[in-house]
Amino acid sequence: MGNYLLTILILLPLVGAVALAFAGRGDGTKDRPLKWTALIFSVATFLLSLALPLGFSSSGGPQFETNVPWIEAFDLGVRYHVAVDGLSLWLVLLTTLLVPIALVSSWNSIHKRVREFLIAMLALETGMIGVFVAMDMFVFYLFWEVMLIPMYFLIGVWGGERRIYAAVKFVLYTVVASLLMLAGIIALYYLHGQATGNFTFDIPTITGDIGAGLFDLSTTQEQWIFWAFAIAFLVKVPLFPFHTWLPDAHVEAPTAGSVILAGVLLKMGTYGLMRFNLPMFPEASRHYATLIAALAVVGIIYGALVAMVQPDIKKLVAYSSVSHLGFVVLGIFSFTEQGLQGALYQMLNHGISTGALFMIVGMIYDRRHTRLIAEFGGLARVMPAFSTLFLIVTLSSIALPLLNGFVGEFLILVGTFTSNALPNAKLFGSLAALGMILSAVYMLWMYQRVIFGEVRNATNLGLSDLDGREKLALAPMIVLIFVMGIFPSLFLSRSETDVQAIKTRVNPSPAATTVAADNPYAQTDTSH
Amino acid sequence: MVPLSWYLGLSALLFTIGAVGVFIKRNAISIFLCIELMLNAANLTLVAFSGFFGDLGGQLFVFIVMTVAAAEAAVGLAIIISIFRNRESLNVDDVDALKL
Amino acid sequence: MLATIILAPLVGAAILGMFGRRMGERAIALVACSAVGVSAITSFVAFFTRLLPDADRRVHEYLFTWINVGSFRSDFAFLLDPLSGIYILFITFVAFWIHVFATGYMHGDKGYWRFFAYLNLFMFSMLTLILADNFLLMFVGWEGVGLCSYLLIGYYYDRDYAGDAAKKAFIVNRIGDFGFAIGLMLLFLKCGTIFYFSNEPQGVRGAFDWAMAQATEPLAASMIFAGGLTTVALLLFVGATGKSAQIPLYVWLPDAMAGPTPVSALIHAATMVTAGIYLVSRASSIFVHAPTAMLIVASIGAATAIFAATIGLAQWDIKKVLAYSTVSQLGYMFLACGVGAFSAGIFHVFTHAFFKALLFLGAGSVIVGMHHEQDMRKMGGLKKYMPLTFLTMAVGWLAISGVPLLSGFFSKDEILYRSFTSGVLPEPLPKILWAIGAVTAFITAIYMTRLMALTFFGKERFAEGGHAGAASHGHGRDESHQSVTPPGVGPDEHEHHSGPPRESPKSMVLPLMVLAFGAAFAGYLGVPEGLSGGAIPNYIEHFLEPSIAHPAAAAHGADASHATAGEPAHAAGADHTTEWVLTALSSVIALLGIGLGYVWFQRKPLWEPPRLLEEKYYVDEVYDAALVRPIKIGSAKVLWKVIDVRIIDGAVNAAGYTASLLGSAMRYMQSGFARSYVAMVVFGALLLIGYFVIR
Repeated sequence: MGNYLLTILILLPLVGAVALAFAGRGDGTKDRPLKWTALIFSVATFLLSLALPLGFSSSGGPQFETNVPWIEAFDLGVRYHVAVDGLSLWLVLLTTLLVPIALVSSWNSIHKRVREFLIAMLALETGMIGVFVAMDMFVFYLFWEVMLIPMYFLIGVWGGERRIYAAVKFVLYTVVASLLMLAGIIALYYLHGQATGNFTFDIPTITGDIGAGLFDLSTTQEQWIFWAFAIAFLVKVPLFPFHTWLPDAHVEAPTAGSVILAGVLLKMGTYGLMRFNLPMFPEASRHYATLIAALAVVGIIYGALVAMVQPDIKKLVAYSSVSHLGFVVLGIFSFTEQGLQGALYQMLNHGISTGALFMIVGMIYDRRHTRLIAEFGGLARVMPAFSTLFLIVTLSSIALPLLNGFVGEFLILVGTFTSNALPNAKLFGSLAALGMILSAVYMLWMYQRVIFGEVRNATNLGLSDLDGREKLALAPMIVLIFVMGIFPSLFLSRSETDVQAIKTRVNPSPAATTVAADNPYAQTDTSH
Repeated sequence: MVPLSWYLGLSALLFTIGAVGVFIKRNAISIFLCIELMLNAANLTLVAFSGFFGDLGGQLFVFIVMTVAAAEAAVGLAIIISIFRNRESLNVDDVDALKL
Repeated sequence: MLATIILAPLVGAAILGMFGRRMGERAIALVACSAVGVSAITSFVAFFTRLLPDADRRVHEYLFTWINVGSFRSDFAFLLDPLSGIYILFITFVAFWIHVFATGYMHGDKGYWRFFAYLNLFMFSMLTLILADNFLLMFVGWEGVGLCSYLLIGYYYDRDYAGDAAKKAFIVNRIGDFGFAIGLMLLFLKCGTIFYFSNEPQGVRGAFDWAMAQATEPLAASMIFAGGLTTVALLLFVGATGKSAQIPLYVWLPDAMAGPTPVSALIHAATMVTAGIYLVSRASSIFVHAPTAMLIVASIGAATAIFAATIGLAQWDIKKVLAYSTVSQLGYMFLACGVGAFSAGIFHVFTHAFFKALLFLGAGSVIVGMHHEQDMRKMGGLKKYMPLTFLTMAVGWLAISGVPLLSGFFSKDEILYRSFTSGVLPEPLPKILWAIGAVTAFITAIYMTRLMALTFFGKERFAEGGHAGAASHGHGRDESHQSVTPPGVGPDEHEHHSGPPRESPKSMVLPLMVLAFGAAFAGYLGVPEGLSGGAIPNYIEHFLEPSIAHPAAAAHGADASHATAGEPAHAAGADHTTEWVLTALSSVIALLGIGLGYVWFQRKPLWEPPRLLEEKYYVDEVYDAALVRPIKIGSAKVLWKVIDVRIIDGAVNAAGYTASLLGSAMRYMQSGFARSYVAMVVFGALLLIGYFVIR
């Protein structure tokens, strides 16, 4: 089954969606069986996906591979090629984990068109898994666009007041950007086919040919195609100044949508940068590293400052995502092993902690139907369990050591600070570290205003603490926050080889970092 | 043997009748029939050239056109019937609102 | 074994965190105290059975590798050496007694379990900080204590000022941590490792071994940003100023007094705030190669010492006086580090832990006895009501003032002497620093006497206006900070209000007595060599040798490859006459300060100090106007409302608007009139045919 595992993972949620499509409408009280069906399918997908890390060999490279011809007409050379490697392994797991959690967390908060909501969620899961496991640009692009549609409906149908504006903005931003990527894909396909005679969309083949010198892009070509991909990904990340769709989309989206949006969708941008831009266009990557790193640093500080003054909790978390994802981009463009590993880890961390934050916001929204910070205050007295879990997630988001956020953020900072390929690395590293202070400012200030103080609003006195379902939904996140903070090697060791490969490819010479060169001592690992 | 130009002339005549019919008729059914006329004019040309050049490709195309025409007739008639049910009229000038 | 020291409090915190809500007060107290007790006993055992017999005086313990990416590695591994050894001894010892005190102090509070869970968690973090064998694990503890401090300052979460103070503490600490983190990264960039010392079995190389092999950098302002050892040292020192409340980051500590008093004693006096001195001493091999950094450390220390002392002179809240006193004493310790007398600094940390914890707990006892009154204007004459508290606190008062033969006398004297004779800094700086230190000692004696006079001596002022009189004094913003009652004292509260002050229960007085003993005699572990003429060896200084680098040793540069090399600079030509004179002088200063303070404040207890001092030089206000408000307003009014909403989103919406404008122009072609479409098609076809015909 090994070879079909990924295909099953892609299709299983889709099968669930189709099954639901044929089920009854189930409005009102009769929607429980539908919810259970969706949950069972997503949990089954998650359980199956657990086989990936268990069977993953840390030697890296594509594994669980399926590679068959798909569209052979006109010698198009489209292949159905799926596999996981160190880059995508944990992102697939993050996806399969977050979908059931999102379903549970919004168990009682969706009241209209429940069946369609569940179908959208499952279809979205198929799209997301597909993006991460695609090893063929055609398949990648297909899933990339497939994912948009359910997300559009999630925001546009089950969203808040300005949901249509937000949904259209989200889709237009992404589609415009991804059309550039389509152009890039076609250009790359055509140029590669011309140069090698092998017309293919296969990512490892093209990457390999570029690396082996069989396929050389001229500087101009490389830079154009680099930007075609980069803009598509940077909009998705989103990097300053392409970020304005994010606050709107998050504020309007229902809780489950926000969790998936923040948890998984944003990671596709940074994943794409690591999958395409760095290995395929190393020279352009280096050439534009300063610009992108500068934007990333601006995003880190700018996102944090704007987050600080938001009156709406959800918008605050959305802007904090801009700040956190700035770290990830910075890590990627540091071209160091620490930076890249940190970026990969930070993607997971952000998925966990921001996903959990959105769930928490959803929980108080369900109770009070408002997200304005000023409406709350003194919840510690009324909702002690909620306050405790909220605190843990908040601390994870501000990168407290021994919680997950710290490892990623610190590795990114170290990677950036010690980078040789990135000009002004120390300046970028130091400025980015300012984000550490600012994140504490906006998160703790928000936490204080919501949780501490006296209960000023009488309606808050009657709030009930978390129930079993809500605790159950948060529990895996809390556990992961600790596990990932204390035992990062469990995760980082799987991606090591593939990240090193990217690093070697993007750096001009193998002995790129002086740190690695004159430090033979720290290399040895005695823990395994 | 009928020369090729006769076929082409007939085909042109049929096509013009069809085109003018689409222009001047208001009844949806009539317009529909005129469209069929134009399709068949094209078919006639294809068959004629097929015979003239001894190439079966032209006749093959006719089959495709016929299939499309049949499908189109089915969908088109269904639309016409549904319009008639709602509007009690087949005048195409009455249905310019782009919605029911 | 070292892991046990750290993990015992963690286990305690976990038990209390999970089950504490359903446990009784006695059970909670038992768990919390025994967790720290286990830690304390293990520390003593480890100290005497592992550290002392060890030839190198370095005991390593490895748990697992935490982060290992590329060349960057950090372990969960611990190091017990003389420096960390001394720290764990006094920390666990003092902490144990403070825990015992807190079981009485917090009696009746409904957050009892939460309080002790946080306290145990704090112990875990603090011990991690001390016992870590690399900088990143130290950073774990460093941030961990910051978190616990946040939680405990904000313990009375329904008071707004507590939440504000907690947040302020965390954020100001984060600013320091920012420096620490960058210093750590720069160090890693320089030498490729963040471990302290080489450890062959684990295959790690030590940063300090590397640092000792470096040449000493020149004393010049340009070195600050040169990116060398001086920069590393200063960045680490930024971290230290945050945690140890030095100028310019000291502002959080006085506000931190919003937490319960045992917290102030444990975290904000005895242990956490001394982490900065620990960091600087730990990294002494870096500092000694960076004289510029040493100069800055000494100057900041001296400046903070005198600055905070003058503010302490003018506070009315008993805890605030002690808080500024702590800031001032911490300045002393940095002064010691800056003049190269790291062991003297550590010695003062050690003695200070006893007498300051004692003073805070004494203050806590007074506060409880006064039914949660902290304003000294409403005290007076308490020695009659609380004799034991008075006696024990008097020991602390005399010790901190530097009265001969008590612990503070030895440590403070050592620092002053070392500043005077320091060879690290160019003349006449040592003399100036000494003068500042001496003046500070004088002020210290005065304000501590003032505190005692207002609290224990003189007329009883608590009957005068009762509780309601609080507002009439009108001392602005401080008012809300002073007359507060912890929540949950609940049912007893009424009974408290009416009765006279009364002595605290045994669980609170016993720790006072233990600490008073320590405050009196802890100094004999480090009697300056010159004073006793060598009769009593300076245990502490000799013991610390393996952990501390000396400026003199550093001067030899590359050939002094080991931290233990070289004897202290002064030992060679010890000038005992100078030391005797200076000691006599500081004894006179202390006694003079006490005498003056007593006479003055006995007569005029309610003497109004200068407004500038009472308002703490308006530093908080300046920070608020210069930093906090501009950032907040700039973010809201410029970044968000203009750049985000107007410019970026404006451009996006403009693009969308243009598209829809274009569409509304084009839509007239889409009339819905079927035959006009046909006309267009035919027209188009004719156009195409025409094109091909003409071509």
